[in-house]
Amino acid sequence: MTWVNSVIHGILLGGVYALLATGLSLMFGVMRIINLAHGSLALLGAYMAFLLVEHAHISAYLALVPVLPGALVVGYLLQRTMLERSLRAGVLVPLLTTFGLLIVIGNLLQEFFSPDVHSLNPGSIGPAAWRITSRLSIPAFDALILGIAILVLGILQLVLTRTQIGRELRATAADPDAAELVGVDSRAVYARATAIAVATAALAGVFFAMRSTFDPTAGPTQLIYAFEAVVIGGMGSLWGTLAGGIVLGVSQTVGAQINPQYFALAGHVVFLAVLVARTILESGGLRVRLGLRRVAT
Amino acid sequence: MTAVAAPAPTARVERWTWLSGGFTAALAGLIGLLAFGPVLWSQNALNNLIQLYFLVVLAVMWNALAGYGGLVSVGQQAFIGIGAYAVVFLSLQHSLEPYLAMLIATLIGAAVSIPVAAVVLWLRGGAFAIGTWVVAEAFAILVSLDPNPAIGGGTGTSALIPFNTRYTPTQRLNYTYWASLGTAAVLLAILFVLLRSRLGASLQAIRDDEGAAASVGVRVLLGKGVLFVLAGGGCAAAGALILAWQLSIQPLGPDSIFGVNWSAKMIFMVLVGGLGTFEGPIIGAIVLYLLQTYVSSSGVWYFVMLGGIAIGFALLLPRGIWGTIQERFNVQLLPVGYRLRGRS
Repeated sequence: MTWVNSVIHGILLGGVYALLATGLSLMFGVMRIINLAHGSLALLGAYMAFLLVEHAHISAYLALVPVLPGALVVGYLLQRTMLERSLRAGVLVPLLTTFGLLIVIGNLLQEFFSPDVHSLNPGSIGPAAWRITSRLSIPAFDALILGIAILVLGILQLVLTRTQIGRELRATAADPDAAELVGVDSRAVYARATAIAVATAALAGVFFAMRSTFDPTAGPTQLIYAFEAVVIGGMGSLWGTLAGGIVLGVSQTVGAQINPQYFALAGHVVFLAVLVARTILESGGLRVRLGLRRVAT
Repeated sequence: MTAVAAPAPTARVERWTWLSGGFTAALAGLIGLLAFGPVLWSQNALNNLIQLYFLVVLAVMWNALAGYGGLVSVGQQAFIGIGAYAVVFLSLQHSLEPYLAMLIATLIGAAVSIPVAAVVLWLRGGAFAIGTWVVAEAFAILVSLDPNPAIGGGTGTSALIPFNTRYTPTQRLNYTYWASLGTAAVLLAILFVLLRSRLGASLQAIRDDEGAAASVGVRVLLGKGVLFVLAGGGCAAAGALILAWQLSIQPLGPDSIFGVNWSAKMIFMVLVGGLGTFEGPIIGAIVLYLLQTYVSSSGVWYFVMLGGIAIGFALLLPRGIWGTIQERFNVQLLPVGYRLRGRS
């Protein structure tokens, strides 16, 4: 029964990772870049909410009301000032600049908020759980996060398929030059995609901060988990991201059930195993021959 | 049948010039001179130069990956950590001579990089970057969970005993100085020869356009694999030197031996010096060394500065200091490529 319990907890934990990974997946899908500062931007959102909770004495949920629009603006400006230029400079430059940003954000947070561990109060739902048997319980707050993740992914899916903005996003993702020809401003589309991505990151960051403690070094860890979820689920697929998050979450909780110290390690191992399996499948069985692989573009 | 005379060449391809030949000879002479450091300079100066040398090693290795293989790794700290821990394991647990252990640690780093390459080299771009990072995190966790008292688990370990039982502090400083100078010189020489070989030409083709290179028969994966193994061994050597220099290490956290801050330093040095140039990373290492020595060597603002300057260079001066000079004056001091010159 403890194993069933840890699988259930893992599935719910997957919601946190899916929410974190949504923006990463969106930016990769639209611009083919991986924003290495994604986890740090999520953490920045958490710290902004923390600031509001501490000084304006509002609840963490209410803090989302100013934090989310703020994150939209940050994302828009980030794209217009830094990423746009990086994208034009080649495939490596976005990685280098977003890595630089990761270092800058992490250290600035440490400077302004001290290296101390903080957390946000999730309210009465925090400790609540549905007790099914004595050994089996479903934490309500984790279920809420999974619900929000599904909601965000669903809304994003609807926006992508049903709205004008979504059509422009998909057209630009498929072929930015062709999209330009039919009147889509790809720079504006990219800026919108990044704005949405940073807002979902901030949303994920705030819920992460309510779920567990956080400190200024948490950004890279969140990036790695989000990325693992994206890769396990298949790069660029939104619902795949949810599946990937759940697989990662279950790996971690089951790993932790074996030994609490195996939590992160189990996730890394499953991620690397998925990579190896995919490599073998992609290269057509085991006939991996050096240098003769078709180069995908 | 009349033989068609070949058109007279109007340009010639050159590799060595008087300038680059002279400079390469001068650099070799400089390394020879630096080898006399322990008899010429104070302990403090030697201590600083050791830092410079391992920074050069790290920058040159990271540039070999990114500048020539197009592989942006943020996980090379995996091999730094493996190199450092291998020295502790061999010298503390198995009482091996520490400097011999450093040599073996380098080979261990290269050996470990082979299976890692088999996994991560299938990834491209950002996926490769985070994939290497995950590998580094996994190694860090494995080391931190190791119950072996020599490894010390999450609290870290120290190589104080193996070094201090065999050597006086002055001896350790001098030997570490020579080891780091020698490592930097040997790795630069290996990379120089490698890039000038046939493989070097294919590596630069991979960097410029991987698909096009593959289509003309360049063995892309082999080229990348060679670079990855070289960088794995080189970073392990740097890790071994860092251990000999600072003696105690920890496995966890951004500032540890497995920490991502090493990647920040490597990216800074290469971007500032000039990505994809042979001379650039050496300049970048000197810049970082000067910053560390005269501005700040640790703490929050140090890394904010590193990250900020790296972003600035990536956006405003993507060729870095040396790449810009090279472009403007058409000079190459350590010739790894070919140049076309109009006949005079």
